[in-house]
Amino acid sequence: MIKIRNVNLVDGSIVNVEIDQGLVKAISKSTGKDNLDGIDGAGKILMPGLVDLHTHLREPGREDSETVLTGSESAVAGGFTAISAMANTNPVADTAGVVEQIYRLGKNAGICDVNPIGAVTKGLKGEQLSEIGAMAESIANVRIFSDDGNCVADPLIMRRALEYVKTYNGIIAQHAQEPRLTVNAQMNEGVISAKIGLAGWPAVAEEAIIARDILLTDHVQSRLHICHVTTAGGVELVRWAKQRGIQVTAEVTPHHLLLTDDLVENYDPIYKVNPPLRTEKDVMALRQGLAEGVIDIVATDHAPHSAEHKDCEWQSAAFGMVGLETALSVVIKTMIETKLMTWAELSDRMSIRPAQIAGYKNQGQKIVEGSAANLVLVDPNSHWTVDRHNLKSKSKNTPFDKMELPGVISEIIYNGNLVVQNGKQTSLGLGHND
Amino acid sequence: MKNAHLLSADDLSKQDALELLATAKELAAITDGPNKKLPTLRGKTVVNLFFEDSTRTRISFETAAKRLSADVINFSAKGSSVSKGESLKDTAQTLQAMGADAVVIRHGSSGAAKRLADSKWIQATVINAGDGTHEHPTQALLDAFTIKQHLRSKDSDLSGVKVLIVGDILHSRVARSNVILLTKLGAKVVLVAPPTLLPVGVENWPVDISYDLDKEIPKCDVVMMLRIQQERMANSFFPTEREYSRRYGLNSYRLSKLSKSSIVMHPGPMNRGLEISADSADDIKSVIIDQVRNGVAVRMAVLYQLLGGAPIGAAND
Repeated sequence: MIKIRNVNLVDGSIVNVEIDQGLVKAISKSTGKDNLDGIDGAGKILMPGLVDLHTHLREPGREDSETVLTGSESAVAGGFTAISAMANTNPVADTAGVVEQIYRLGKNAGICDVNPIGAVTKGLKGEQLSEIGAMAESIANVRIFSDDGNCVADPLIMRRALEYVKTYNGIIAQHAQEPRLTVNAQMNEGVISAKIGLAGWPAVAEEAIIARDILLTDHVQSRLHICHVTTAGGVELVRWAKQRGIQVTAEVTPHHLLLTDDLVENYDPIYKVNPPLRTEKDVMALRQGLAEGVIDIVATDHAPHSAEHKDCEWQSAAFGMVGLETALSVVIKTMIETKLMTWAELSDRMSIRPAQIAGYKNQGQKIVEGSAANLVLVDPNSHWTVDRHNLKSKSKNTPFDKMELPGVISEIIYNGNLVVQNGKQTSLGLGHND
Repeated sequence: MKNAHLLSADDLSKQDALELLATAKELAAITDGPNKKLPTLRGKTVVNLFFEDSTRTRISFETAAKRLSADVINFSAKGSSVSKGESLKDTAQTLQAMGADAVVIRHGSSGAAKRLADSKWIQATVINAGDGTHEHPTQALLDAFTIKQHLRSKDSDLSGVKVLIVGDILHSRVARSNVILLTKLGAKVVLVAPPTLLPVGVENWPVDISYDLDKEIPKCDVVMMLRIQQERMANSFFPTEREYSRRYGLNSYRLSKLSKSSIVMHPGPMNRGLEISADSADDIKSVIIDQVRNGVAVRMAVLYQLLGGAPIGAAND
């Protein structure tokens, strides 16, 4: 049994919580100063564990960058109790065999849910559907399908994919990038790219695909999820689609809520990411969209890369940033400290809503008696300074190094067990207790 | 000049640039004499690190360094077997170990020179000899020098000079550096190109834009033609070579519309018959050979100032 006393819930109430056998067993009102045993939650916020729908774990294939275990540890350090492993591994997660392998590795790690995402097309090539049915019916129970990293650019293949996943109540998560408009693209196309001579990745290359796929989704009455929206125009398109009742959801990454393309001026590949960092105007539109719920969720696009892929000139560097461990803090900084969102809304965007979209049953549940005990306890008033060398992720490619950020996670409860206590990972799971 | 490196024309203040041009003029006068060599950089090692082929720029830097008595190592890293990223870092560390004082780098990636200068891979002075589609600051300096020589030799700067830069602005490092430097020196720059060859974001540059060469030709003092790469056509930047040449090429008809004192420039190598006709390239208005000659003097001045050589005119022993 785990007890937490005098803790704040996101609705503002102060409670004492008892957790037993994987469930929230009892919740009682607290005066805020109740003299009980257990974990002291005074001044802290208890939320359902965070849920990420966009995580690159690199295993199988690039275990030098990240494994399912190190990715799980990174997730837990960031307050996540469920993550979703993108399909662009090697071999690609386009068969039941590979998704079951990833699922099993996640179970073995045992510190958070690891839900594999299946590839839409074989080998992410965009030519032929992968065995979506086999992956859906495997023990991994895949419901999200994505070629992330690549766009499903062929409109006919996209249409078929949207239709086909309806059998399983699945969803296609699209990486919206018109490939012909982004040949060799390196950064946002605009004032900065013109100045520093890097090939541009225009906003329209994202928006054209979002618009097309919204219309296709409406036509075949399926479900579409737009990965990492980065442009003001993209937000407008999703808003329009939702007004028309089209079943589209969308995500934004923490880095696109904070960073802008002027950071690229020094050519440090730590800022190289796909889709690219955009302008201040886009950042403001994304924040507004997330606050309104037009953008449903925050997703990390955690993309680990080993040092040699960033320690080089810009064009040779890999796209991507790690993000699991900084996600919550960046969202607090950009959305709570700016008063754009409440804690209840943050909990919705980072836990409740992503779990709904993906259909993760024991995740993202409002904290009531009988709900699953996947929880995070965070001190909203403490700050920490990011040190890339202290990241749990095997890769250190964070753009937030040396930045002071709000929000310190003290406890994580996964399936009713403490996996993080006093900010340190416990020996649960196949634990790497250090 | 206080800079440790020359990575962008923007690293130079107007004062810095004018000082460099003055130094180049002095050096040119000396090296035009019977003894072309100065001892100022004796004992210094200059590495020409070329990841792209560019015989002209390399031999220009090589000549400049040798006339200042520096030791010159030519390092052609093209076709290196390691992955491209590894190679810049590893090469830099190798050069560091060998004691390079200055690295003149030509690289296909925009920002490679800046990356080399900012990284802790190497302590040498870095001189950008062209990085991708970003900049080529010594080209801009030699162009400014040439313009000044022909049109403003008595004046302090380039005020009132109107320069057309014609062609593939989008991919041109020469254009970017020239826009920065020439406008800083008081010149007025007009970019003339089809819209496909102008970058999105060009509206923030301190220049005028025109799609019509014929309209601009009679009103300029300098017409600078840029090289058109063959592969641009395959990517539909313009319909055909011939249409490009007709609309944006410098030919004898357009040459005749230039004012009497105007000059014709080209950073080379030229595609004769495409962006510039043979008779235009060889016309009396063409200062293309002067650009090449001045390149050596300007690069001597850059090496001299960055490597802190002994004063010019020191005992030539």
